[in-house]
This record gives sequence, structure tokens and C-alpha cells, in this order.
Amino acid sequence: MRLCAVDLACHRGGRDVFAGLSFAVSSGEALAITGRNGAGKSSLLRAIIGLSRIAHGGLSLERGDPELTIAEQAHYLAHQDALKPSLSVGENLRFWADFLGARAAHIRPALDAVGLAALAELPAAYLSAGQRRRLSIARLLAVKRPIWLLDEPTSTLDSAAQDRLAGFMRAHLTEGGIILAATHGSLGLGATAELQLDGVQAPTAAAIVEQATP
Amino acid sequence: MSPLTAILVRDMRIAIRVGGGALMGVLFFLVVVTLVPFAVGPDLALLKRIGPAILWLAALLASLLALDRLFASDHEDGSLDLILMSRAPLELVVLAKGLAHWLTTGLPLIVAAPLIGLFLNLDPPAEAALVLTLLVGTPALTFIGLIGAAIAVALRRGGLLLAVIVLPLTVPVLIFGVAAANAAVAGPVPFGTPFTILCALTLASLVVGPFAAAAALRQEME
Repeated sequence: MRLCAVDLACHRGGRDVFAGLSFAVSSGEALAITGRNGAGKSSLLRAIIGLSRIAHGGLSLERGDPELTIAEQAHYLAHQDALKPSLSVGENLRFWADFLGARAAHIRPALDAVGLAALAELPAAYLSAGQRRRLSIARLLAVKRPIWLLDEPTSTLDSAAQDRLAGFMRAHLTEGGIILAATHGSLGLGATAELQLDGVQAPTAAAIVEQATP
Repeated sequence: MSPLTAILVRDMRIAIRVGGGALMGVLFFLVVVTLVPFAVGPDLALLKRIGPAILWLAALLASLLALDRLFASDHEDGSLDLILMSRAPLELVVLAKGLAHWLTTGLPLIVAAPLIGLFLNLDPPAEAALVLTLLVGTPALTFIGLIGAAIAVALRRGGLLLAVIVLPLTVPVLIFGVAAANAAVAGPVPFGTPFTILCALTLASLVVGPFAAAAALRQEME
């Protein structure tokens, strides 16, 4: 499986967010999307799954499921956690598993993996920001999808949870998944390809550079 | 469980939990109807004559009450993004959400209506006609309301805009709902004529509402 973008451009609110962006990510690879605030990291992730309109260029997924769109094969971990405060932790995850077509048997292991199994009956309103984030990460584990689009996944997570997330990401890559993550820090994956977005000042300067992170 | 059943069950669960809209709708309905005899005075003949109209107006306002959060809460917490990404057709998701809204706000109103009708000196035949018209007509209020809820999704204080958009569109439902309820008791038109038109309005809104609301949501997201 290979996700390719060719000469991608995106306008929002009457200005160019990014333009002339090309990259390719294959199975088992992660791409870290970096850049200053407002450089278009989130817009790029949203454009890939069709939540913001692509002004120019194209996206293709080679050797994916031809019956499904890219969005239907992708998980999107956004800034918002997509949780309902009045539903319990278990009910929240159960809903997304049902809605996205996963089997109920995957729910408990996913809650275990993020360390929220003991809180399954607790209304999500009582969770801390980091626990909410972990619950939305459990969605990625409960429903198998090859492409993970993560928008600053480590924000609000403590260092133990960040390590755990890095473990999930490594396991996902080993299974042949693709990860695109907008990030300011390290993803904890070792050497990762990096896509630098420079924003509107130098839209064509976006390039993939190989970067070794400790 | 299919995606649409999942949406239906989730929305109904949220509505009946603390802070949900279901109980609020019925209480609001009760309060509005109870206020009328205080305002009009103890004129039983007058109350009987305007009773169906009061109940219909109160039902209309009560069903608007929880509507503004219908898509707005999903928009704010990011659920709507995931729903838009999914394979489930947005029109059917909207239909499922509308159905959940009607089951948790419209249906309780209909159950409460006969009891509240007693406050307005309604006879059993008038109450039966009223319940029947509400049963047929309130789905139209919900599904017309969906359009307004979808248009106002990204706005803060969208509830005010929602009322301004939706209330004028519900005028035909109100006219034929009250006309049918009155016709059953007082005539001169037979009950069937306005009632059939009310049925037609509901069926049309069931079709148009989800498509229009889905189109509005897609537009809003871009």
C-alpha cells in the first residue's frame, strides 16, 4: 500500500495554506509533518480524508481496497476527542466500534491497551484531558484501519502514555500500516521521514528530508 | 449493530441521560400549556376552543428546544468529522439522528398531551383527534427542524438562528395540524381533508429534510 500526493494545494479562508506539496508514504512507513503554527499541518491531514477541499493536485492510494475511499480506510485522531461526556468510557468506545463496523470483542482489549479498562463504567465527563486522548487512541486499536492520520497525538499525554502510543505506532507499522502525524516534538519512532511545511511564504520549499531522531 | 442503529441508540441514550433534551421538552411543554389558563382566565368555553392551537404551538416550541444541539454538539467534539469520513451515507445518518430526536422529544409530548389537554378543558373526542394529529405532525416538525439545525451547526448561539429559520417553515404543519384537530370536533370541514394534507407534509419533510440537512452539513464543513 502506498499513499501518494502530487502537487497538492489547499486554500482556506481566501488564502493559500500550502501549495505544490508532493510526498509518498508506503506500508510500514511513518511521515512526520512538521512546521510552525498555521503552516497547514492539520489542513493537510483534513485534506487527505476529504474534510477540506483540495484546490489543486491529487491524492492516490495504490494497492488499497478499491471499493473504499481513502477516508474509509483511515483513522483520524484530531484535536477534539469525539467523546460524549454523558456516556461512559465503555459506551463511547462501543459506539465508535459499532459505527465503524468493528466487532464488540475488540473493545475490551483496546481499553486494556490504553489502560482505561478499570474506568469503563465511568462517564467520560470525569476523564482528564490525557485520559480522553487515550480513549480516542483506543478507537484506533479497536477498529483496524491501515492509514492513521494523527494530529499532534502526543499533546496532553504523559511520558508513559507517550511511550505506549509509540509502541502502538510501531506495532501498526510492523503490520504494514501507514502513519502520517502532525507533530512539534518527537514521535518516539526513531528515524522518521519528515515533511516540512513552511506555510505561504515559501510554498514550494516543502520537501521530504530524512531525519534521525533519538 | 449497523452504523445507523449505533447512531440511533447513542443519540437516544444521550437524550435521556442527565442534561439531555428529552425530559426538558416535556417539562417545557407542560409549563407553556399551564401558563395559558393563567393568561386567558378561567373561561372554559374559550379554553376549549383554543386548546388544540395552544397544544400545537407548545409542541412546536418544545420540539425546537433540543434541536440546536443535534448537530452542534457533534460538530464541537469532532464526532461529525468522523461521521463525514465514514461509509454510512450522511443522509441516512441525519435520518437516524432525526428519528432519535423525535423518539425522545416528540413521542413523550404525544404521551403527555392527553393529560395536559385536561388543563384546557378538552373533551375525549377532541383529545383523541389532537393526539392523532400530533402523532402524524410532530415528525414533520423534527425533520424540518433538521435543516435549520444543520445550517446553524457551526454558529455559536445557533439556537436563535435555528428558530428564525425553522419557525416560518413549520407554518403549513401548524395550520393543517390545528385545522384537523378542530375539524374533528367543530367541523365544518371533514377531519380527513386537513389530516391527509398533514400526512403529506410529514412524508415530504421525511424525504426533503435529511437530504437538505446533509447538503447543509457538507457545505458547512468545507
